[in-house]
Amino acid sequence: MGKAWTFGENMNTDEIIPGRYNITIDPVELAKNVFCEVKPEYAKTVKPGDVIVGGQNFGCGSSREHAPIAIKGSQAKCIIAPSFARIFFRNAINIGLPILECPEAVADITEGDDVDVNLSTGEIFNRANGHRYQARALPDFVLKIAEAGGIVNFLKTHDIQDLLN
Amino acid sequence: MGTLVEEIFSRKAGRQVQAGEIVLLDVDYIMSHDNTTPLAIKAFREIGKPILDKSRIVIHLDHAYPAPNVLAAENHKKIIEFVKEQELPNLLHQGVCHQVMIEEGFITPGAIVIGADSHSNTYGAMGAFGAGLGSTEIGVAWVTGKCWFKVPETIRVELSGQTQAGVYAKDVMIHIAGLLGMDGGTYRSVEFGGEYIANLPMHERIVFPNMSTEIGAKCGLIAADEVTINYLENETPARRRVLSESKDPFEALHPINPRYERILEIDVSALTPQVACHPDVDNVKPLTEVEGLDVHEVYIGTCTNARYEDLEIVANMLKDKKVNPLVRVIVTPASDRIYKKALKNGLIEILMDAGCTVTGSGCGACIGRHGGILAPGERALTTMNRNFIGRMGSPLSEIYLASPATAAATALTGKITDPRGILV
Repeated sequence: MGKAWTFGENMNTDEIIPGRYNITIDPVELAKNVFCEVKPEYAKTVKPGDVIVGGQNFGCGSSREHAPIAIKGSQAKCIIAPSFARIFFRNAINIGLPILECPEAVADITEGDDVDVNLSTGEIFNRANGHRYQARALPDFVLKIAEAGGIVNFLKTHDIQDLLN
Repeated sequence: MGTLVEEIFSRKAGRQVQAGEIVLLDVDYIMSHDNTTPLAIKAFREIGKPILDKSRIVIHLDHAYPAPNVLAAENHKKIIEFVKEQELPNLLHQGVCHQVMIEEGFITPGAIVIGADSHSNTYGAMGAFGAGLGSTEIGVAWVTGKCWFKVPETIRVELSGQTQAGVYAKDVMIHIAGLLGMDGGTYRSVEFGGEYIANLPMHERIVFPNMSTEIGAKCGLIAADEVTINYLENETPARRRVLSESKDPFEALHPINPRYERILEIDVSALTPQVACHPDVDNVKPLTEVEGLDVHEVYIGTCTNARYEDLEIVANMLKDKKVNPLVRVIVTPASDRIYKKALKNGLIEILMDAGCTVTGSGCGACIGRHGGILAPGERALTTMNRNFIGRMGSPLSEIYLASPATAAATALTGKITDPRGILV
């Protein structure tokens, strides 16, 4: 379980982590400034296992990986949004940051709600109001990457073909 | 059987694939540039396995080249040392990566090319699948030669009619961005076709896949036809050599009994010049609605609109005239090859006589790191593809996107100006 942090629509990569902080690729360093302009209290008080609840087209903009790296570095468990921008979606999967598409959950969860997420089934439980929502379950290959902690770690011990086998 | 993206993926997979499937495909070329290669090198080193095929890797120095600061210089140094260490054959610094990929013949119909740059969609103009990815995946592809894809659904944009004088592919694409919106193509393949596209030369076609990125698309595709094959045979001399060795047999694929998620039909005949206004690419207005707005800088450049024919339109409009002296007018040819042709044919002299500042080829002012930076409160009209807040400098500046002809007309007056009154 974790606390929900809510964000608006079209949250772009610069709002997730402004370009001026992209001089490092260290997750912990990046996490110190994640969402610093849109929600400065996030980086200061986020706890491991908290959940990001975003709007439509989350992560749009640049192909740079600093944005998902910064969120992963903050130890958020996952991101729930109605939809993700395409490159952010891939980057998040490849660095091992779980993402779930679930418009119903996003419409119903408010900031601070206590939320449980089962990543393998896609089930989301909002303890604050007792509601359950079903996100599309993550495909097996995405879970494999997430379990390995990202595609780079996966490839240290696997062949890329193993993703789909 | 399928949409163009399904056909391209099926050819590579060696079986029929359909939208929604996850596939792992061999990639033909793996592109990265000075901004994104350092992180790919990091991923490569962490994986700790050798490069599969060095000839498939193409690295460009274009985003901040020649280096404008020490950080950029360090990136270049790191990349060049890596290229030397790994004995990579393709390190290029002769213009914007996407233009150079096409004109050097790396992009062939039916190919799959991935790039660590969001505008890698550009390659769709040649009937190839091109998509932007993060750097980690580029490092992964160096080692594996493969990339995973979810086969996307397709939005077909069917374009009919002919544009009026003074209206170009850029105006049509900006109009489409306005209709579909900045997330209207997310995860989708956007397939451009119809009578209008069939009659369009390659330099104009490139604008559509290039800006499909701006509506969130995974790829923007135009089926290869005679125009494509003629371009490949006549305009890419380096490629002819490779093709003659039959290293990369290409195939001009087209959709077969496709099932589209959505079809957008547009007759371009009545379209007037369009402008994508600050601060979003889908904040689109007919030029006449913003005509007269003061402009402090005009930038003619980028992978969207700085090809030879674009410079020719601008030069024809500025010949024997002077741009407004209070406006900085910057022209950055997309590649060295374009620059040399423009120089040889007298375009550069015309532009400079008119008061333009012509720079070396590359990404230039587009990303706010290499000249042409905007001060707070300033407004630029540019031929770029993207008008994010602060992209060209101060977050308090504004970027308006338009065609090269609109840029030239605006350069003369210092206000957003309709090119139809100036075209000869």
